Amino acid sequence: MKFGIIVFPGSNCDRDVAAVTQGLLDAPTRMVWHQETDLSDLDIIVIPGGFSYGDYLRCGAIARFSPVIKSIVEHAKQGKYVLGICNGFQVLTEVGLLPGALIRNRDLHFICDRVSVRVERTDLPWTQNYTSGQVITLPIAHGEGRYYADADTIQSLEDNGQVLFRYCSAAGEINEESNPNGSLDNLAGIVNQQGNVLGMMPHPERASDPILKATDGKFLFAGLLGLVNAIA
Amino acid sequence: MARTYKSQIYVTLRPSVLDPAGTAVESGLKQLGYKGVEGVRIGKYIELTLTAADEAEAKQQLDQMCDRLLANPVIENYRFELTELAVSVE
Repeated sequence: MKFGIIVFPGSNCDRDVAAVTQGLLDAPTRMVWHQETDLSDLDIIVIPGGFSYGDYLRCGAIARFSPVIKSIVEHAKQGKYVLGICNGFQVLTEVGLLPGALIRNRDLHFICDRVSVRVERTDLPWTQNYTSGQVITLPIAHGEGRYYADADTIQSLEDNGQVLFRYCSAAGEINEESNPNGSLDNLAGIVNQQGNVLGMMPHPERASDPILKATDGKFLFAGLLGLVNAIA
Repeated sequence: MARTYKSQIYVTLRPSVLDPAGTAVESGLKQLGYKGVEGVRIGKYIELTLTAADEAEAKQQLDQMCDRLLANPVIENYRFELTELAVSVE
C-alpha cells in the first residue's frame, strides 16, 4: 500500500503525515504537488491539514480547482482510499466527495486542544484497529470545524452509518458540553456511502509518534495498512 | 459587440445556518447602546467587471461563477446586480 500526500500552497501537516506513514509505519509514501495529475501508483491519498491557498474565500474553495483534484475524484471513484484531515476534510466537502460543509466554530475561537472522540464503527479499514465505542484522544486545531448539513443530509449520514467519529466526553457520552465547535450531532469524522473516503477534523497524525506521548491516531494509519493489532 | 458590466455580488449565509460572528457583532452593537438591533448576519460582498455579449449571457456566467466558486450552495445564498459600464468595440 502506497501513500500519496497532497501538497497545496499553504498545506502544513503534509510532512507530519509522512512522518507517520513513512517514518513510523515504513510504508512507501510520496509527496504529491497539487499540479500533478497522475496518481495511478497510489493506493491511499491523504489531503493534509493546513491553509490551502490561504483559505481565501472559503476553506478549501480554491484548492478544489487544483489540477490534482480531478485525479483524486477518479481515484475515489475506483473505490481507492482518500483521507482528508482538517483542511483536507474541508476540501473534500467543497469537492463534493463528502456532503455538508465546515463552518465557523460555534464560539468563534480557533481551537487548539486535545479532545475525546468516540469510534462509532469498526468494520471499515480506517477503524478496524479500534473497538466499537472506544474513546480515543486526538488533537484538533481549527477555526472552521463546525460540521453543518441540512437535516435530510444529517439523517442520511446517520441512517447509512457514515459517522465514524463523534466528539464525546472522556466517558464516551455525546452531549453539547463535549462538542468543541458546535458540529451537528457532534460529528467529527464521516465517510462517503462506499466508506472509502474519510473526512475528519481531528488530527490522527499528530497523535501517532510515541515521543509525543499520544498514539491513538496511529491505529488509523496502521488499520489502512492492514496491520491489525500489529502495533501496541 | 461585447458589453462590459460591473457586477456586485452578495453572498449570504442561508437562514438555517448559525452565524456566530453575526451574533457577536449584534451584542457589540447592543453594548454601544443600539438596543433595537436584531438579526445581524454577516456575508461577503464581491465586485468584478465582466465582458459578455449581452446581459443575459453575463447573468448566466455570473450564476455559474457563484454556483461553482463564489458561493457554497450548501451553506450560502447569493444575489447580484449588474450595471452596464460602457459599450466596447471588438
